[in-house]
Amino acid sequence: MDQILRTPSRAPTGTAPAGTANLSRRNLLGAAAGALVLAVALPGRVRAEAQGPAEGAGAIAPKPGTRVPAFLEIRPDGTVRFLSPFVEGGQGIATGMAQIVGEELDVDPARFVVECAPPGPDYAVVNGIRMTGGSFSTRSSYPLMRQLGATARDMLVRAAAARLKVQAAELTTRDGTVVHAASGRTLPYGALAADAMALKPNESAPLRDPTSFRYIGKPVARIDVRDKSTGRAVYAIDQKVEGMLYAAVAHAPHPGTEPAGLDNEAAVRAMPGVHSVHRLPGAVAVAADSWWRARKAVEALTVRWSAPKATGLDTIAADFSSDGLLAALKASAEAGHAAEAEGDVAGAFARAAKVVEAEYAAPYLAHAQLEPPSSIARFNPDGTLDVWLPNQMPELFQTISAKVAGVEPDKVRIHSPMLGGFFGRHFPYDAGNPFPQAILLAKATGRPVKVLWSREEEFARDGLRPLSFSRFRAALDAAGNPTAIEVRTVGEGPIGRYFGALMKTPVDPSAVEGIVEKPYAIANRRMTFTKVAHPVTIAFWRSVGHSMNDAFYESFLDEVAQAGGHDPFELRMTLLKDKPRSLRLLREVADLSGGWQRGPYAAGDGKRARGVSLASPFGSETATIAEVSVEGGEARVHNLWIAFDPGSVVNPAIVTAQVESAAALGTSSVLFEQIVYRDGLRQSQNFDTYPILRREHMPAVHVRIVESGAPMGGVGEPGLPGVPPAILNAIAALTGQRIRSLPVANTKLAGA
Amino acid sequence: MFDLTINGQTRRVEVEPDTPLLWVLRDTLGMTGTKYGCGIAQCGACTVLMDGQATRSCQVTVDSVGTAKVETIEAVQADPVGRKVVEAWVAAQVPQCGYCQSGQVMAATALLRETPKPSDDDIANAMTNLCRCGTYNAIAAAVRHAAA
Repeated sequence: MDQILRTPSRAPTGTAPAGTANLSRRNLLGAAAGALVLAVALPGRVRAEAQGPAEGAGAIAPKPGTRVPAFLEIRPDGTVRFLSPFVEGGQGIATGMAQIVGEELDVDPARFVVECAPPGPDYAVVNGIRMTGGSFSTRSSYPLMRQLGATARDMLVRAAAARLKVQAAELTTRDGTVVHAASGRTLPYGALAADAMALKPNESAPLRDPTSFRYIGKPVARIDVRDKSTGRAVYAIDQKVEGMLYAAVAHAPHPGTEPAGLDNEAAVRAMPGVHSVHRLPGAVAVAADSWWRARKAVEALTVRWSAPKATGLDTIAADFSSDGLLAALKASAEAGHAAEAEGDVAGAFARAAKVVEAEYAAPYLAHAQLEPPSSIARFNPDGTLDVWLPNQMPELFQTISAKVAGVEPDKVRIHSPMLGGFFGRHFPYDAGNPFPQAILLAKATGRPVKVLWSREEEFARDGLRPLSFSRFRAALDAAGNPTAIEVRTVGEGPIGRYFGALMKTPVDPSAVEGIVEKPYAIANRRMTFTKVAHPVTIAFWRSVGHSMNDAFYESFLDEVAQAGGHDPFELRMTLLKDKPRSLRLLREVADLSGGWQRGPYAAGDGKRARGVSLASPFGSETATIAEVSVEGGEARVHNLWIAFDPGSVVNPAIVTAQVESAAALGTSSVLFEQIVYRDGLRQSQNFDTYPILRREHMPAVHVRIVESGAPMGGVGEPGLPGVPPAILNAIAALTGQRIRSLPVANTKLAGA
Repeated sequence: MFDLTINGQTRRVEVEPDTPLLWVLRDTLGMTGTKYGCGIAQCGACTVLMDGQATRSCQVTVDSVGTAKVETIEAVQADPVGRKVVEAWVAAQVPQCGYCQSGQVMAATALLRETPKPSDDDIANAMTNLCRCGTYNAIAAAVRHAAA
């Protein structure tokens, strides 16, 4: 029997129907689901321009976040199962939701069991859509989730009133119990749940007075920490279903090429445990009775691949290189579209006493989350399809899964287990996720199939933070103060890539964020964006455009300070004198670090110096100071002091942990990380060739949370963008070397 | 066919001799607390104890296990040191995504059995597993807490 899957669509019987050989996730993404993503992925102002007021994303579901039984199951034992709109991946959102809902429901968050909800309109609580990303979860859903808890509590109280034959007003609650103080009678929630859930919800049930909060605003222990410390937490990679085959894949060395022939298929099919050998779009696969056997078999396959194009930047050609792409970005002469334009830039440059110019570049980055991606697909006798997969957006994966499988979306059940890290990894990226392979293989074999990518396959197909380039110019007056700044950004961002068709402006916000909308009083500004598409699968990566652009801008601002003869901290204070929120953070971070000092100064075994930066990502603000030394030509980061203002917080311990985590990733990226392409191939295959931050390079991280009372901002990503520039500025202060091409590891630093 | 001593029990498995212990644990025996991260002994997510030594099970072929006593995260709380480590991990709220933490807890357990009062250098030398969430400082704090 011919086991080779020639087309993505193949019946379990082994017949080969006319297929959809040109399966393209990008095409699938271009459909309606993409519009949903766009609505939240863009900053508000750009969104309004892109969509217009009549197309608000809130139109898709009647009243998300209000139907209590869709979210809460109060069990007889007093535990509460909460179906969360969000997926937990280390950011602590499961605990945050338990705190917010538990506060109003009056149940200790420790008794919550939180699971990611299946697809459904009830969970579209992020501006009318659903995603776990953009650091949106808490800030978008906080009022809704509070009200949900209060509404549920009100239903329980009314159910108790009927049971006890008293007025609801005579009743109070106490941690999962309804209390009738007058008679001393109590009823646990678990005994009332069935009655309560049948009642009509009162969506204006009163909320608790914030001054009486017991859980919100408190460092409540995370509810999943014990399971994660004892190996009991279950990730996608750990899941198993009855009768399942394990599949391993080998992707085409050059993305976009196809398996043209297999030379030893019969021999491989005879290997231990092997069930079948398959061709997939851009890959080959082996299904077997264990993953190790499948992997050994797929690696034993001798595959003849079609040839990539010889050259050019429209595909990953045989001669494609990241250096070549960067050269193309630099060489582009195409005029940019205005991303920000204020004042008279040309005039300011004409009158300038001094002009500063610099070019900055950042490499492709992998997510390198510790859990390699996997997916299980199972077709059921009733025509439905179950898919288990790591994901940040269940409804979008449902839509795509349905198209791959050739069924209606409502026939697809999406299961969203806890994520072993994500950082933006688990959106659908062009050929960057295993779930379509699992669906195709389940269809081909007639069995449930689990596809797991080896770490090497993950490094080969992960979507990457785009390689980036910006050219900066500043005009200084005679006093050395900046009067104008001009930035030309050339490249491509993930919003433009995946949702560009819906943008009504040619400026990709994910390419310029961190360069536009800065708080500094520089009167004349012109920032432009010129699109040069990458052939590479690009992706959202923790803090997205901010992850490199704040490094560029804040480094360049230090160059401006130096050219103007100013201390970089003092220059920022001057330029922020009308921005009290930013100014306060600068003062807070200076205080946290024991007072601003740039150095170099003697410390430890040698000299150290400090750098400062500001960033305003995802509705929050940060001020960061880094302290570095140089040992053996390499930077050592000793301390990071971060003042962080997300407006207000739900769990200060989680916020602190997230800022520290973001600081680690920021340190890792600026010092070490890069995916280099040479001859069309990624040069990193595993953690030995893609170094990430190890324990010995982890700085001490000192976080001060400042609750300014500004509208609630994001938490998961905003701690990152300030870290790379603070480190780069500290290195410059110490060594005089201004690193404009990342990562730092590419430059041998002068001893200090 | 191999007889392995895992968490005090003898488990008979029928796999090829070159199968890594990691995949015997995960796929053959269904013990998924031990994680696959890299497969080349870089990340340490697959750390188990073999005769008390922290060992990266992705690099141990099943035919080389022999009579070694294998301990995995599933049994960590059966051991007094392991229990202390877990309690320290919970007290310090170490895990974020948690994926690397089985290996981290096993590495810490091996360290503290051997060296009940580790120095900072001891901790640095023993705790070499990767964590992409950057929980390194919390890990060090938890190890010190467990040793106290």
